[in-house]
Amino acid sequence: MTRRHLVTALLVLGIVVLFVVPLVLHAGSSDFAGTDSQATELIEESDPGYTPWFSSVFSPGSSEVESGLFALQAALGGGVLGYALGRLRSRRTTPAAPPAQSGTEAPRP
Amino acid sequence: MHIAEGFLPPAHAIGWTVAAAPFVVHGARCVVKEVREHPEATLLLGAAGAFTFVLSAIKLPSVTGSSSHPTGTGLGAVLFRPPVMALLGTIVLLFQALLLAHGGLTTLGANAFSMAIVGPWVGYGAYRLVTRLGGGLLPAVFAAMALSDLSTYVTTALQLAWAHPDATSGFLGAAAKFLGVFAVTQIPLALAEGLLGVLLFRVLTVNARPELERLGVLRPETGEPASTGAGELR
Repeated sequence: MTRRHLVTALLVLGIVVLFVVPLVLHAGSSDFAGTDSQATELIEESDPGYTPWFSSVFSPGSSEVESGLFALQAALGGGVLGYALGRLRSRRTTPAAPPAQSGTEAPRP
Repeated sequence: MHIAEGFLPPAHAIGWTVAAAPFVVHGARCVVKEVREHPEATLLLGAAGAFTFVLSAIKLPSVTGSSSHPTGTGLGAVLFRPPVMALLGTIVLLFQALLLAHGGLTTLGANAFSMAIVGPWVGYGAYRLVTRLGGGLLPAVFAAMALSDLSTYVTTALQLAWAHPDATSGFLGAAAKFLGVFAVTQIPLALAEGLLGVLLFRVLTVNARPELERLGVLRPETGEPASTGAGELR
């Protein structure tokens, strides 16, 4: 294993640890509610006279629909990110023909 | 970090929208200029936007027992400077406000100000500071990603405290409460985002070297004096 691979592995491990530690710390005792809804509760608690004056133009009908839309957002982003990284990588690994071609396009106004 | 729809009084909603609008308009012009002058940067620009899009869709558990999502705005701020993220971040927030009922149209200005303006600028500042101090690229990227994330949530907490001061302890009391919800939860997530940013940058330094050199993120390698010129041409 080269040093580069080791650093990559350690970085991934660090991210996984930061993800797993909260789950272990609060195993069974916490529902991991979103901070957005906690803040909304705080407002209702400390400012009981306040009523929201506008509601969302569209709300997902159920938590299933909502998590599906969140998955869609992640998939769209992940897809574009993967495509871009894949293109960049293939450009590096294939011979220099494509960059030369785009070089002729660059000066166009 | 979304302030829910309708939870800012009208004066605050309008005020934050007016405050954020010039940054977003300027950001849009920067994106158009970048794409027009450097079409080859579109790929990297797309990657920066997509990164924010993915990360803000992922809700992660935190040590406080609540969950929150990273922002991912530090990447684009380091690569393309903060104005570009003002547009890209706002597009993400608009998507979530319209389709997910997270955030909202009346709070879009305030949310854009924290996630698409303050976050990227703080991250960029951290990046510049660390590189200036000789910290190297990857530590600078770590600082940029982590602090753009954290500062976004601190801003949200302060915005809410301003709009909803505590009945007895006022702004400071409310700020302490909202920071307790947002900022503390966000610390481990910001660290995770910093590590993820370093991971991504290691991929980019190998695969997108010409772009990073042109954008001034990487110094052209001294062994190849032509690389600056080639980078310009591409």
